Amino acid sequence: MPTTVQTCETLSERLSAVVLKRPTKLGWFTCLAISFTGVLMLNVAISWLLLRGVGVWGINEPVAWGFAIVNFVWWIGIGHAGTFISAILLLLHQHWRTSINRFTEAMTLFAVACAALFPLLHLGRPWVFYFLLPYPDTMRLWPQWRSPLVWDVFAVSTYFTVSLVYWYIGLVPDLATMRDRATRRWIKVLYGIGALGWRGSAKHWARYEMAYLLLAGLATPLVLSVHSVVSLDFAVAVLPGWHSTIFPPYFVAGAIFSGFAMVLTLLIPFRKIYKLEDVISERHLDLASKVMLATGLMVALGYASEHWMAWYSDEPNEEFLALNRMLGPYWPVWWTTMTCNILVPQLLWWRRIRTSPLPLFIISLLVNVGMWAERYMIVVVSLHRDFLPSSWGKFHGTVWDWATFGGTIGLFFTLMFLFVRLLPMIPIAELRKQTVEEGKEV
Amino acid sequence: MKENGIYGLIAEFEEPDQVLAAARQARAAGYRRVEAYTPYLVEDLAEELGMHNTGVPLICLLCGITGGLGGYGMEYFAAAIHYPINVGGRPLHSWPAFIPITFELTVLFAALGTVIGMLILNGLPRPHHPVFETPFFEQRNQSHFYLCIEAKDPLFDRTITQEFLLKQKPAHVWEVLA
Repeated sequence: MPTTVQTCETLSERLSAVVLKRPTKLGWFTCLAISFTGVLMLNVAISWLLLRGVGVWGINEPVAWGFAIVNFVWWIGIGHAGTFISAILLLLHQHWRTSINRFTEAMTLFAVACAALFPLLHLGRPWVFYFLLPYPDTMRLWPQWRSPLVWDVFAVSTYFTVSLVYWYIGLVPDLATMRDRATRRWIKVLYGIGALGWRGSAKHWARYEMAYLLLAGLATPLVLSVHSVVSLDFAVAVLPGWHSTIFPPYFVAGAIFSGFAMVLTLLIPFRKIYKLEDVISERHLDLASKVMLATGLMVALGYASEHWMAWYSDEPNEEFLALNRMLGPYWPVWWTTMTCNILVPQLLWWRRIRTSPLPLFIISLLVNVGMWAERYMIVVVSLHRDFLPSSWGKFHGTVWDWATFGGTIGLFFTLMFLFVRLLPMIPIAELRKQTVEEGKEV
Repeated sequence: MKENGIYGLIAEFEEPDQVLAAARQARAAGYRRVEAYTPYLVEDLAEELGMHNTGVPLICLLCGITGGLGGYGMEYFAAAIHYPINVGGRPLHSWPAFIPITFELTVLFAALGTVIGMLILNGLPRPHHPVFETPFFEQRNQSHFYLCIEAKDPLFDRTITQEFLLKQKPAHVWEVLA
């Protein structure tokens, strides 16, 4: 058995080498270039939007909440898995989370950043976004506290801030490791600034660990509250398809479901490229798939309950909505949602599928698509035909809708590629502790 | 006894149990200005060094209460006093609708307070510290365990303390310059 010193040294060397010693490959530059093209496209799309107004998106009455809200809900849902993994699984002593928590927290952060763009841009006049915040303005106006949209401002900004702080605090000891292992002066200085002068003092560790635990405890209700508040944006309205008490739990389950799908979409290629199959093992894939399966079933229960209520309520508008979703002009959306979110995840009952990267990767992509379709169904299909046939309408995303959506995917992957190149994507200090202590039990 | 020009003596260990034992011995021998440096959190080590309460939970609680009361107070003040506006006959003080923001601000304040409080208590950021001058500290702090008895300790004596540390069977004992 290797000694403690060897274990720690090997781990620190291996995990820091991914950033410090591994040459920057052409493949990385290519991926970054492709993603960055997306960022440029986003730039163009936003500029055009600012120049011409939100009309460049296909939105109008009755569908005023097109892609922007679909994408907002989709992205922010994806973020939830990161917080779920880093906070809830920490409190539940699920040690397997250690090797993937940094990565998924980064995913959360970037996904929430992409999400937050949409409601801001959807404001129409994003440059006065600060109207949303309570500040002493000269007109003595205040936000309307009774509105879920105002709750959302607080929920999302708190979620982003807490996720950022949690992620950064987790990074501090590892930045110190990077500082100490870097060979070039300027790299040392840069990591040193981030490390805040961390020196591994026992008393610092004790306070640090306590703070980390408390943050996990604080982030846990956030996971449940953010998407609940997002769901209230819909549920508080009287529109059929929105006005439903099941929304908060149904949204939270959907968020974690889609988040785990994105975790798998990202982890499967990254662990292969960076040869981290032993740190992020088949067991991780297996467990993540199980969470996906469980939350997928909760989502299925949500769909079932919506359709049940449409029939049981005997309310003509609700009944019409259910039929309109299945057979109306947007029928492919409903069928995609059901196929990708209910049928496909049933494959995860087989252990062989849960542990084979390629099928799992495909399933995770399909779930991502399915969850986007679900939000499209909730937002667009509910809006396009409400109570009055005279106010029915149709919505189709314009090229600028797709450009903005594709652009945020580019932004997300650009940030992800920069993250894996510049920061340790696997928590080094936490893994040192875990490996030494588990090694001793053997 | 104070020594000039020395920050302290530092012993280097290879196993966490050794540094724990050494910390216990140092406290038993009456040393009070003792600090350990480890590659990861070693359970109970801070307690052995005489820190029984991190102080962080209290800060978290106080900041959380501030955030919660502040958030609710802000909503009440704005909706009922400063800008009373009748929206469909709803009461000005419609408390159930004030809960989400109260909750979010509780979490926000508690989280920021916890982190900032932890950093302040730890005296961070502090880019440089004498312990970084320990020979090979940069290479070994990610794998070795250190126990430092500071020169400010009233019992510190260059020779006696060194003998004490050597008795704990460290891999090395170094002198750290201030």
